[in-house]
Amino acid sequence: MAFGQGRSGGRGRGDKKDKDKQQGQRRPMFRRRKVCKFCADKIDDINYKDAKLLSAFVPERGKILPRRISGTCAMHQRKLQTAIKRARQIALIPYVTD
Amino acid sequence: MADRQYELVYILPPETTEQQATELHDQVAAVVARMNGQIEKTENWGRRKLAYEIGHFKEGVYVLEVINGSGDLMKEIDRRFKVIDQVIRHMIVRVDEEKRVVERTRTKRQTESERRRVKRGLPPQRQPGEGRSAMGDDDTDDDRYDGVEV
Repeated sequence: MAFGQGRSGGRGRGDKKDKDKQQGQRRPMFRRRKVCKFCADKIDDINYKDAKLLSAFVPERGKILPRRISGTCAMHQRKLQTAIKRARQIALIPYVTD
Repeated sequence: MADRQYELVYILPPETTEQQATELHDQVAAVVARMNGQIEKTENWGRRKLAYEIGHFKEGVYVLEVINGSGDLMKEIDRRFKVIDQVIRHMIVRVDEEKRVVERTRTKRQTESERRRVKRGLPPQRQPGEGRSAMGDDDTDDDRYDGVEV
C-alpha cells in the first residue's frame, strides 16, 4: 500500500518500486499476474447454487466482474456467466443493487 | 431415448409450513411418476433471504428437486408451476450434459497426472507429506468445493 512499507510488503515488492524509480516512468505500477481462479483451484463445476463462490465475481453494484479485472480464463468466464445469470433468476444473487 | 436430468428449484413464501411444502412436493412427484420420470433427490434449503424482492417477499423457502425424465415431463411441470400461485419463483435447468463434461475433465486430469507421475518414476497417487503443502492439497480443495455446491 504505502511506499514506506515496501520492506514488509513481501515478495520483492520493494525491489520493484526501487527499480521503477531508476527506470523512470515506464511502468509506474507493479501489477500482480492474474490467474484464473477456477484453473488454479481446479474447480471443474461452476454451479449456480454455489452463491458464495459466485458472489466473489459480482461486485457491489451487481454487475459481473469483467475478465480483464478478475483474470478468469475465457472458458471459465463463460461458465461463470451462465452460472451467475441462473443464480440471479432464483434470487441468490442480485441483478442490481444501488 | 436416454433420460435427461433436470434440476428444478422453486421458492415458496417464507410462511409456508412444512406440510404445505410436502404437499407441493407430492404434486410434483405425482406428475413425475405419471410421465415415467423419477425424482433422484429432494433438498430443502430452508428459509433464505432473497437477493432482491419478488413481489413483496424478502425471504423464501427454497426447494431443489433433481429429476430424471423427458423434456415433455419438464414442460408439463413448468406449465403447472406457472399456474400454481403458491410458488413465487421457479427455474428448471438441464444438468446431465454439464455433469458429464465435469466428470470427464475430472477423470482426464486424474489420469493425466497419474501418467505424468509414472513417467517420472513415482507412484501414481500422491503420497502423504510429499511436495509443497500449498500444491499438495488440491484434492481436498475439490472436495471442499463439492461440499459447498451440493
